[in-house]
Amino acid sequence: MTQSTYPTTWRRPPQIITDRRWRIGLQLGILVYLIAATSTVDVDWNRVSIGLERGQRFIMGFLQPDFTSRWSDIHRGLIESLTMTLTSTVVGVLISVPIGIGAARNLAPPWIYLACRAIIAVSRSLQEVIIAIFLVAMFGFGPFAGFLTLSFATIGFLAKLLADDIEEIDEAQAEAVRATGASWSQLVNYAVQPQVMPRLIGLSLYRLDINFRESAVIGIVGAGGIGATLNTAIDRYEYDSAGAILLIIIVIVMVAEYGSSYLRKFLQ
Amino acid sequence: MSEVSHYSQTWSHRTSRGRLLMWVGWVALVALFVWCWQLMTENTIWAFVWDAPRQAADIGGRMMPPRLSYLPELLVPMWDTLNIATLGTIAGVIMAVPVAFLAARNTTPSARFLRPIALFIIVASRSINSLIWALLLVAIIGPGILAGIVAIALRSIGFVGKLLYEAIEETDAKQIEAIEATGASPTQVLNYGIVPQIMPAFWGISVFRWDINIRESTILGLVGAGGIGLKLQASLNVLAWPQVTVILILILLTVIVSEWVSAKVRKAII
Repeated sequence: MTQSTYPTTWRRPPQIITDRRWRIGLQLGILVYLIAATSTVDVDWNRVSIGLERGQRFIMGFLQPDFTSRWSDIHRGLIESLTMTLTSTVVGVLISVPIGIGAARNLAPPWIYLACRAIIAVSRSLQEVIIAIFLVAMFGFGPFAGFLTLSFATIGFLAKLLADDIEEIDEAQAEAVRATGASWSQLVNYAVQPQVMPRLIGLSLYRLDINFRESAVIGIVGAGGIGATLNTAIDRYEYDSAGAILLIIIVIVMVAEYGSSYLRKFLQ
Repeated sequence: MSEVSHYSQTWSHRTSRGRLLMWVGWVALVALFVWCWQLMTENTIWAFVWDAPRQAADIGGRMMPPRLSYLPELLVPMWDTLNIATLGTIAGVIMAVPVAFLAARNTTPSARFLRPIALFIIVASRSINSLIWALLLVAIIGPGILAGIVAIALRSIGFVGKLLYEAIEETDAKQIEAIEATGASPTQVLNYGIVPQIMPAFWGISVFRWDINIRESTILGLVGAGGIGLKLQASLNVLAWPQVTVILILILLTVIVSEWVSAKVRKAII
């Protein structure tokens, strides 16, 4: 009458893929891919070891940034970036509101819905940098092309989130307003707008933050802003100026992030 | 005595003071916008801007028809691009996990010293775009796929680290306490109390970042960091617009497929 022995150790059962064969197959597949992938990465270790010294110089430049000697260029780049960010966010929001309303299934007729969703899909699937390349080719170098790029990218981002938000509103409130005999514009104004406004403001501030980060990038392809200055600094191996620019970007992004999260809390 | 004898006939949402403040806010925003607009367009050459529709039509005309015979040449760069994204994501995730545990309030060994350092790493990595990381790394370790992989990895640390440390902070304290009550050591608490709770979030975040990295790795070649972007840059430099069309279509397809894969995987996990 002895109790059958219990195991004294316990192993956690696998959580995600429970079938043993699938698990082994998947692990093998990953292993094969990793071997195939790493074998095609040819690294010139000689070049890397030469570069490490340069990397050290860059880190020194980052620790002792030089703000003064290129200050006029940095200043101009920053002004371009900041003005580009603000104007493109404002214009992008203004355009994305009607598109967002049009892309909400519960407010717009099917053909408008499809057209607006198509605009959103095009804007979202293209990278900012690629759009910037084309717009620079069309509008010439400078912040104006950057402004257009960022506005276009803002439309896809904001209109999609706004449309999804409108589709998720509390229908009871919309029906209550409709029951008073409200017209379509009154419905939008009194039933939809109060429900989505806090989130729209939050998303706009978030997009402002993203647009600043992107404005630092699109300068590399000639669309103005701090990215152009950074590109020049790195091309000329002026790592202390590049370090200064990167620090400025990090600080502004941090300020924008904390500022926008504070502002969002305050507004909601 | 004095009863309210007159109600306003129209209903309004805010008090008059609130409305005034709103108006001041909006006017300030408009003024700021106008000021920024003038600063920004100071050096704009408007002749180029008005000329843009003609330029667009011109480029559009040159881009058609796409030169499909160029496609076989793009297969190797495409494979490189996938490798940059995948290996970069793996490396980034491996580096992000310890940073996330150091940054989470409930697992950090010292909230005074290590947590701010971890948070700074996350912010620094997040605020610098992968293209800028690539620009730096190409200058430091030379052009090629390795620079792309490292750039993607460095950029991923911040993203994965931030989302993961938020997931760690949101773990259910009761489960951890239950494991602690059995007399488990700190590593056992980590292994049986925290890791199972964040595992779905971890895989979801990693796959999501992989999807974003595929998108970003397609353009890293513009600054010399390998992949299909190199071909794009080369085609743009020689104004071979039909090739540009082919590359853009390929990039678009890749992005759509990777988005589909990541949506499927995330749905299966969560």
